[in-house]
Amino acid sequence: MRKLIFGLFIAILPALGLAAAPGGPLDTMKPDHTNKESLQRGVALFTNYCMGCHSMEYARYKRVSDDLEIPAELYEENLIFTGAKIGELMKISMGKDMAAGWFGAPPPDLTLVTRVRGESWVYSYLRGFYKDDSRPLGVNNVVFDNVGMPHVMVEMQGLCAVEPRIGVGASVEPLSGNINNADVCPEYAIEGNMSGADFDRAMWDLTNFMSYMGDPVKVERERLGIFVLIFVAIFFIFAYLLNREYWKDVH
Amino acid sequence: MNKLINWVDERLPIVDAWNKHLAKYYAPKNFNVWYFFGSLAMLVLVNQLVTGIWLTMSYNPSAEGAFASVEYIMRDVEWGWLLRYLHSTGASAFFVVVYLHMFRGLMYGSYQKPRELIWIFGMLIYLVLMAEAFMGYLLPWGQMSYWGAQVIVNLFGAIPVIGEDLSLWIRGDYLISGITLNRFFALHVVALPIVLLGLVVLHILALHEVGSNNPDGIDIKKNKDENGVPKDGIPFHPYYTVHDLLGVAVFFFIFFIVVFYFPEMGGLFLEKPNFEPANNLKTPEHIAPVWYFTPFYAMLRAVTVDLFGLDAKFWGVVVMGAAIAILFVLPWLDKSPVRSIRYKGWLSKIALAIFVVSFIILGYLGIVPATEGRTIAAQILTVLYFLYFILMPFYTRMEKTKPVPERVTG
Repeated sequence: MRKLIFGLFIAILPALGLAAAPGGPLDTMKPDHTNKESLQRGVALFTNYCMGCHSMEYARYKRVSDDLEIPAELYEENLIFTGAKIGELMKISMGKDMAAGWFGAPPPDLTLVTRVRGESWVYSYLRGFYKDDSRPLGVNNVVFDNVGMPHVMVEMQGLCAVEPRIGVGASVEPLSGNINNADVCPEYAIEGNMSGADFDRAMWDLTNFMSYMGDPVKVERERLGIFVLIFVAIFFIFAYLLNREYWKDVH
Repeated sequence: MNKLINWVDERLPIVDAWNKHLAKYYAPKNFNVWYFFGSLAMLVLVNQLVTGIWLTMSYNPSAEGAFASVEYIMRDVEWGWLLRYLHSTGASAFFVVVYLHMFRGLMYGSYQKPRELIWIFGMLIYLVLMAEAFMGYLLPWGQMSYWGAQVIVNLFGAIPVIGEDLSLWIRGDYLISGITLNRFFALHVVALPIVLLGLVVLHILALHEVGSNNPDGIDIKKNKDENGVPKDGIPFHPYYTVHDLLGVAVFFFIFFIVVFYFPEMGGLFLEKPNFEPANNLKTPEHIAPVWYFTPFYAMLRAVTVDLFGLDAKFWGVVVMGAAIAILFVLPWLDKSPVRSIRYKGWLSKIALAIFVVSFIILGYLGIVPATEGRTIAAQILTVLYFLYFILMPFYTRMEKTKPVPERVTG
């Protein structure tokens, strides 16, 4: 009975952490920081499409170059546009005051965005833009209503004429074998140069990279954790034997 | 070696202290699993001190630099991420073990005569620990650090007449600012740890003066052998030192699973909005304190009626303060002739169960946004929380207790 109560105490703690996040339905995205190719494609996309406005000012280029196995010279030549040295923080040249004037609010730093909003939110947001002429920039987003950001990836995705079907997910019709919702956008106002599936993959890579940036030590941390736990388990065995030896006199 | 010990002992009573507190400190031989949490609290305290000292070496206590310096620790400082996660997980672990330690005290009546002072020192430790955790949470200077502190400090503003000036005095500014951050840093790393260590020493000195309680609530000093050693007592060292090693191993196993695999604990140990720098123009949608404060936060929000011309918020603060204050007088509320729940009547057992369940559900209600139904639930549970204490003098006297054995069992 006592052990049961104690067990319940321990068991209840992690369960409390599963409190649901607010907001509408999202497409699930589970990052994989060990997929170096995906992260490399992600950093290329981020640098070319996002870094004009969004900094990652808590991280350094060198760390990305090392972790993603991109040679430093190659990185400096192709992925640093500000003239920064590779050891510097990933800042941008756009001033915050000017940006606030242009967009209403300065574009946020994105180093930790996946830890604030979660990977699924970012992945859904990136694919959630659609045409809305009532907005100053002509676009809106299903995940972030009245968004102040333009659809920067319009040349790839195209511009969706209606609200993209985020959080629905693709499904196969059992009889005909047709795939429903393979593309989040059912109807385009402007055609892009990527298929729906290719764009999804690209945004998966981009989200994966941003997830890595939020928690760059994750892979190493989880690898080390195993050794630490094995050590503690072995320590337990010796502690148990020592304890048993001493307590023989008591019992 | 012996010569050295003798040399020191002639000048400082180290052998005497060793015997008094370890080798000849006789603890009851029937400690169970609940008795691990005292030594585990010490272990976590050491963890917090050591990792805290190293974090201080790289942390920048200014509104401009605090957030970036935490990320600097997480990314650029060698093993900085480990130090930070050990410290942040340690903060929550501290409350886990302290709450379980306090529950042990409630179960076995460890606060009863002659251990009233131990209980009071323990409660002071709990109070200082809450202040320490609250101030530490401001230091990363994230959104939840900022707005959490704003909400809590504003509570003092609810006190009539002096309230506004009092919260201004605490903040040192008209809103939470770099000035507040600097003073919280000073209190968190210097003042409160000194007080905490002092209280821990008093807690243990008081314990070793009267001796440890046990799951049977029996006074083992009543039964001594011809050498004056309690028959049911065993020397703390080596028996309980090796025994506590087992507890340490199990604790570390769970602790490191969190540190290495779930450092955010799903937003419970590190809240998600705190990965965004503090911004005094942008209020988060839902402000919730960290889990260990949420039972009291739920009580605060449960009070919704203005009374005697004073704001409901003020009465919420009063209820919250009373919920903690009432714990201090617990030793004088329990009128039972027995200590342990094992020999108390069913009224005490039910009361304790209701109290624990109320506290846990209140903790949950303090995390989630308030709705009408949840507020009513919080109100009922707050009443139940207080009834445990207020009715204690009656039900502990009324109920029929079981006979307490002469010697410890099991």
